[in-house]
Amino acid sequence: MTADDRFAEDFRQARADLPLGTRNEIITGPVSDWATDFSHLEAEWAADPYRIQDELRQRCPIARTGRFGGGWLPTRYEDVAEIAYDTERFSSRSIIMSNFRPPRELAPVGGTPPISSDPPFHRDARRLLLPAFTKSAVAGREQATRAFCHSLIDTFEGQDVVDAARDYAQHIPVRVIADMLGFPPDDGPRFREFIENALEGVNLPPEQRLARMEQLFEYLQEQIRDHVDHPREDLTTYLVNAELYGQKLAPSHVAGTMALLLIAGIDTTWSAIGASLWHLAKTPADRGRLIADPALLPTAMEEFLRAYAPVTMARLVKDDMHWHGVGMKADDWVLLSFPAANRDPAQFERADEVVIDREVNRHAAFGLGIHRCVGSHLARMELRVALEVWLERIPEFSLADPAAVAWSTGQVRGPRALPVRVAPR
Amino acid sequence: MRVQIDPERCQGHGRCYDLAPELFAEDEEGYGQVLVDGVVPPDQGHDARRAVSNCPERAIALLQEA
Repeated sequence: MTADDRFAEDFRQARADLPLGTRNEIITGPVSDWATDFSHLEAEWAADPYRIQDELRQRCPIARTGRFGGGWLPTRYEDVAEIAYDTERFSSRSIIMSNFRPPRELAPVGGTPPISSDPPFHRDARRLLLPAFTKSAVAGREQATRAFCHSLIDTFEGQDVVDAARDYAQHIPVRVIADMLGFPPDDGPRFREFIENALEGVNLPPEQRLARMEQLFEYLQEQIRDHVDHPREDLTTYLVNAELYGQKLAPSHVAGTMALLLIAGIDTTWSAIGASLWHLAKTPADRGRLIADPALLPTAMEEFLRAYAPVTMARLVKDDMHWHGVGMKADDWVLLSFPAANRDPAQFERADEVVIDREVNRHAAFGLGIHRCVGSHLARMELRVALEVWLERIPEFSLADPAAVAWSTGQVRGPRALPVRVAPR
Repeated sequence: MRVQIDPERCQGHGRCYDLAPELFAEDEEGYGQVLVDGVVPPDQGHDARRAVSNCPERAIALLQEA
């Protein structure tokens, strides 16, 4: 079988034999009690999840909800870590808590390997990606990333107020990941739609979500076919040619991994850059310290990642069980809040404060255990370069209108509107 | 003093080779490796302790030797 044959037909047909998965009634609207009815998709959560999580940590500490067909929210570091390490009882077959559960038969591969994979398949799928994402591999992209950050700031010429999230942070990971996958750099705005659907459109009607997901996979299929016809030095060609167990990857594996890299690499890093700039815009003392002592930035960055960790993951409970005093049922969701873990006072001193020279910082922003974010070294490079360039070019800035700052809902948290006042350029 | 990495716990976060590049390096998949024999020279003590106290997986041990 040639590579051409694998991608000639609509490879999603391969999944047609699987059962359809299960859907539940969609429940939206204000939360009555965060301990028994939580939802990370409501405005109150987006405005300030930390207050809610801190309160739950003292009250419960594992909250539940009947929304999304049933789920749990542990808030202590210890519980989050235990679940992250326990791949026997908690499956990654879906990692976005929604109103749809994919069929059990999808495990251990899942729709977007390796993040959706369980052992033992997980390890092999992950090993395919690791070499491309080591610290030294991503260092090769630093120069181009820096030049791109400068070009974004060049466009601020003559403006007093710019949107640090929309006009700066957002574009950086889009460009980096498009380059890595070998997608046309101008397709960035299309990625936005795909991501919004996957991560923020969770409570939309399933038909609408599925139709949009189809568009993503159609786009990926176009890109794959183009790479089959015109191979080049990028991750898409690498995945098309990669082998596992002596065979080329299943077409659904190739496309699923590309979807993962596209979706997971963008909103997350955008959020980390945006949240860091938000903190610096409203905290002149920290900004001044970093300008006076740029060598402190790598340490400060880790503290921003701890305090404003963008990513929450999800798991599905494998079988009915009693777990730390609660009765979990098979296929209940568990929202694995690394942001909540990172603010647990039992794990961190002065957990609710941002201490930019924190010496002891075992934060879990990139997860814990076998699913540690594959792109963490890339994300750290982008975050560091984005902050270095911004502070070098715009040392003085402040929130233009604190009330206009808007945060995303869902499992990736970051500012989506962040107007800042900059000195005229 | 010597440093040691537990390969069963290490997940390749890379905090050790970020913070103590004289003592640790990445392997081809990004997992941490102890350089040479892991003996910590006197001027590297602080970096070694930071690597220990910033490893999210608690995979690094600092062994006191007589």
